[in-house]
Amino acid sequence: MSWFKRRIQGITTSTREKKEAPDGIWFKCPDCKSAIPMVDLKDNLYVCPKCEFHSRIGSKEYFEIIFDNNEFKELMPEMIAKDFLHFVDLKPYDQRLKDTIKKTKLKDAMRSAHGKVEGFDLVVCCMDFAFIGGSMGSVVGEKISKSIDYCLQHKLPLMIISKSGGARMMESAFSLMQMAKTSAKLTLMTEAGLPYISLCTDPTTGGVTASYAMLGDFNIAEPKAMIGFAGPRVIKETIKKDLPEGFQTSEFLLETGFLDFIVNRKQLKSQLAKLLAMFR
Amino acid sequence: MTFLDFEKPIEELYKQIEKTKEIAEKTKVDMSSTVKELEDSILELKKKIYGELTPWQRVQLSRHPERPYTLFYIEQICESFIELHGDRNVKDDKAMVGGIGMIDGQSVVIVGQQKGANTKMRQYRNFGMPNPEGYRKALRLMKMAERFNKPVITFIDTPGAFPGLEAEERGQGEAIARNLFEMAKLKVPIICIIIGEGASGGALGIGIGDKVLMLENTWYSVISPESCSSILWRSWDFKEKAAEQLKLTADDMKSFNLIDGIVKEPLGGAHANPDEMAAIIKKEIKKYLAELMPQSAAERIAKRIKKFDAMGEVNENL
Repeated sequence: MSWFKRRIQGITTSTREKKEAPDGIWFKCPDCKSAIPMVDLKDNLYVCPKCEFHSRIGSKEYFEIIFDNNEFKELMPEMIAKDFLHFVDLKPYDQRLKDTIKKTKLKDAMRSAHGKVEGFDLVVCCMDFAFIGGSMGSVVGEKISKSIDYCLQHKLPLMIISKSGGARMMESAFSLMQMAKTSAKLTLMTEAGLPYISLCTDPTTGGVTASYAMLGDFNIAEPKAMIGFAGPRVIKETIKKDLPEGFQTSEFLLETGFLDFIVNRKQLKSQLAKLLAMFR
Repeated sequence: MTFLDFEKPIEELYKQIEKTKEIAEKTKVDMSSTVKELEDSILELKKKIYGELTPWQRVQLSRHPERPYTLFYIEQICESFIELHGDRNVKDDKAMVGGIGMIDGQSVVIVGQQKGANTKMRQYRNFGMPNPEGYRKALRLMKMAERFNKPVITFIDTPGAFPGLEAEERGQGEAIARNLFEMAKLKVPIICIIIGEGASGGALGIGIGDKVLMLENTWYSVISPESCSSILWRSWDFKEKAAEQLKLTADDMKSFNLIDGIVKEPLGGAHANPDEMAAIIKKEIKKYLAELMPQSAAERIAKRIKKFDAMGEVNENL
């Protein structure tokens, strides 16, 4: 009966040989563990129909959700990063960029577009976590900066959708200065009386939290998103204690006073339109 | 005196001088010429060692236990100074100090991270890692400077903003972000000087200025070399390599136009001659205040925003 007995102990398939489950058929919710047909998940805007878990999506999906008829004009679509410091860790940054562009079909961790939300104009800068952990380098900063120029020129409101592991280390101080650059640029929006909405999604951390993500006239977030400055592992190591349940979630930030409201992805568009109507 | 690993040859020569002096004392033989020779070789050796420091050695110097901290410079530079406490909200952060002082008849508001000189004080100062209330205290003082039209000086020296539970509860990210935003449009001149460690957002939180200067043996980066090594190389052993790759020295930062100037340190580093260092810093502050004060607020703010907006390197068309 050796069919039913494992004769060789342990898992013998090497990581290299493991096959990824094909995308696009079933989705297993990481929260409630339900298996959901991908089609249903997509219809539900990538929110688990059983438990309302918001799975991570990219700029393509957000633009689809937010903009009327998925019509928008992308700003600076060709901008890509420069390996200015010739940074080499386990892999040269230049190579990492090329590989990531090929793998993700994205140019960098942010896309910017101008479109309409239930008829209201809005410029949306949306981060892509798939691109080196949604890390903030010069491209992210420059796209925000130029998008703000565009808003100022056309008198438009701005929304930035944050989804980031923090700074892009391979751009060192250039990455750090994107915090200064974007925050300084946002003062011009305030000056011009144009509203800026910051939507924090899972995860919003590090330098992104410590700059534009927390500077919205409206700081809003998707439910249960992880939002914080320091990473939970670092905090745990520092205080040598376990972190309380729900620490650094959207709900926690709403309670501590750093968010205006939490919005379910399914109400995002209507809520945005309602808000934009106030500034008509 | 504490000697770093790369300073050991200098320590050897100092020891030889001590010995020579002892022998001279005992034998009553005049050995002053030998001592003089040894002193000359120390000078030569120092010039050689400090003339070719690696990035990691500069990081080590920036953390030298005898390196002067913010309050020392304040005392040396100001003829009078009143320390002011508290963020008017939560508490007084001991890792961030500030107050109003007088430099050669010009009153200024000064804020800066403060480290401790011994174990007890290091804990009291939380190793120079501010909580949100520290950044909010700094902002409160800067807003006061704006109300009374006084220039602002910031001294930066931190291994990072404190990654604690309460820090997150009270919005560490928001506190830093708010400072970046408010400093960008503060109506009075701001001079920021990195006097030790310039680690990431924790440093930048008081680092938006018309002039951002770095002392010669300091570093400024998005992450410390150690943490960078642990994340990108998945080991703590590549800190020297990370220090090189991060291009975090004053020379690098100036060549990228991410800072406005480098302030020379006395031979052997700021701790080798703290009084001289303070005098040099005072001169620099006065020089830049003279340049900035006559400009209008609108002119300074526009230049400041433009300067930070220009930071970044991208490929536009490919």
